Amino acid sequence: MSTHLDISKVSIEFPTPKGPFKALDEVSLKIAKGEFVSLIGHSGCGKSTVLNIVAGLYDATEGGVLLDGKEVRGPGPERAVVFQNHSLLPWLTAYENVELAVKRVFKGKKSKKEMHEWILHNLALVHMSHAADKRPNEISGGMKQRVGIARALAMEPSVLLMDEPFGALDALTRAHLQDSLMEIQKDLNNTVIMITHDVDEAVLLSDRIIMMTNGPAATVGEILSVDLERPRDRLALANDPKYVNYRAQVLTFLYEKQRKVEPITQASKVVTSTASRAASA
Amino acid sequence: MKTPNISTTALKDWLASFSLKAIFFPIFGIVAFLLLWQVGASKVHTSLGEFPGPVVVYQQWNSLLDDHRREKVKETKFYERQEVRIEKRQAKDPSYVGKIRSYTGKPTFFEQIFTSLYTVLAGFGLATLIAIPVGILIGLNSSVYSALNPIIQIFKPVSPLAWLPLVTMVVSATYVTNDPMFSKSFLTSMFTVTLCCMWPTLVNTAVGVAAIDKDLLNVSKVLQLGWLTHVVKIVIPSAIPLMFTGLRLSLGIAWMVLIAAEMLAQNPGLGKFVWDEFQNGSSNSLGRIMVAVLMIGFIGFLLDRAMLTVQRFVSWDKSQILR
Repeated sequence: MSTHLDISKVSIEFPTPKGPFKALDEVSLKIAKGEFVSLIGHSGCGKSTVLNIVAGLYDATEGGVLLDGKEVRGPGPERAVVFQNHSLLPWLTAYENVELAVKRVFKGKKSKKEMHEWILHNLALVHMSHAADKRPNEISGGMKQRVGIARALAMEPSVLLMDEPFGALDALTRAHLQDSLMEIQKDLNNTVIMITHDVDEAVLLSDRIIMMTNGPAATVGEILSVDLERPRDRLALANDPKYVNYRAQVLTFLYEKQRKVEPITQASKVVTSTASRAASA
Repeated sequence: MKTPNISTTALKDWLASFSLKAIFFPIFGIVAFLLLWQVGASKVHTSLGEFPGPVVVYQQWNSLLDDHRREKVKETKFYERQEVRIEKRQAKDPSYVGKIRSYTGKPTFFEQIFTSLYTVLAGFGLATLIAIPVGILIGLNSSVYSALNPIIQIFKPVSPLAWLPLVTMVVSATYVTNDPMFSKSFLTSMFTVTLCCMWPTLVNTAVGVAAIDKDLLNVSKVLQLGWLTHVVKIVIPSAIPLMFTGLRLSLGIAWMVLIAAEMLAQNPGLGKFVWDEFQNGSSNSLGRIMVAVLMIGFIGFLLDRAMLTVQRFVSWDKSQILR
């Protein structure tokens, strides 16, 4: 497969009062068209920084990002972002939020009627047609996130960037949205980079899981190719030995190889790590 | 018989719980205040007689109403006389074109209220027209903010009385026409109001604009919204709550400043009314000034309510509690 998005030796330093802080060190990653890639790692390891660099919201100190052979300079609608906290404009309805993006991207390319149909189509894609005229504060967190996804999809991005899109949702809503996302992904075959800290989510959705080392100077630790047939069914996979094995590999990376060193006593450290392992299991 | 009994007691309970806070306590407060006022006022003796209590103030209010009615009757008669005279002249000489001269009687208390109202609204309107765009500009660009902030901080606390002589002189020097649309006293009062009341709107708008959620700014960046769309769709809506906080503060200040400005600029509004009564020094003066004081307070309250209504109408977040 040819390279669609090429993240090439990206390093970034942030200025702090104590001198520059190196958050990322030579992160390299090649992503093919239509591939679904997850970035996983402990919090603070720079996953979001990678995504923001691809989005163009941050400038890499060294290295760069190529999209279809062209260097990424600044943000743009061809790299749509689904933000963690939905980031819908609270004064616009669901329809108007999507409309803002559609008008920006398709002005002059689609007629008014086509744009209207395209907005409705994208809201239908995330099953939000019934709430098109509702404002964000009138709908639930999961619904807001759906609208956020519809807004991003409506831009027909060549890469869809998702920053912990389901992180703030309860487990049932999250599972539901994950299934919707897989369905949409099957139909549209988008290239997706998703940040997550949920091991099951990563294994279930991804073609590849990029495991990142802890910061500072975080980089790509291991890459795991998830070779499970699509469509994937969470119930059937739960006891699939391959799936269990992938999960175990990610967990091993996160909790043994890259265990976060915590300044607490040995005993409580064991307790917390087993507790968090139990919690994520 | 049982059921209506239950419903009437429920109704009573409901009325009691409702009226105690909403009706009884405010009435109690007002009555207690009036009593204290009446008792306290009778103890204060000035060279113009006893300090006016509520009863005297009520009498003066009625006398001001009478004055107003009498003046209106005079005015109508004045115009009627002119029309009759012109008709008579035209009957003799059809080529005669009559000219109606405007009535030059003394403005009544209620006409002065009206003058004050449009002066304050003109000054406040002008201040808003300046403060909101400048506030948005400052909020968007930290360099502009750094450049303008010292100037804002220095001019913000200046009293209207300090501005007034300067404004008066500048208006006299620059507004020279043979056919003036506005009187100079109006312009002087208006500009003084503008200079004093634009700061809260300006500062609050700037703070509101600078405090936009970073995620919404990122949305705007990813969409590569144009400058105007960015301001209209993202900046202004998110700054609206603070903008209105500023506008309400500004309108309050404008109304306070106006009274002082009218006293000195002799703009025929409530400020001039108070000043004239003070200079007049009759036994009725203190009572009339007290009427004006209460009227000023009441109008200030109405202006704030009006602003709140506008805010409710403009605000996108209808669930927000505004008070």
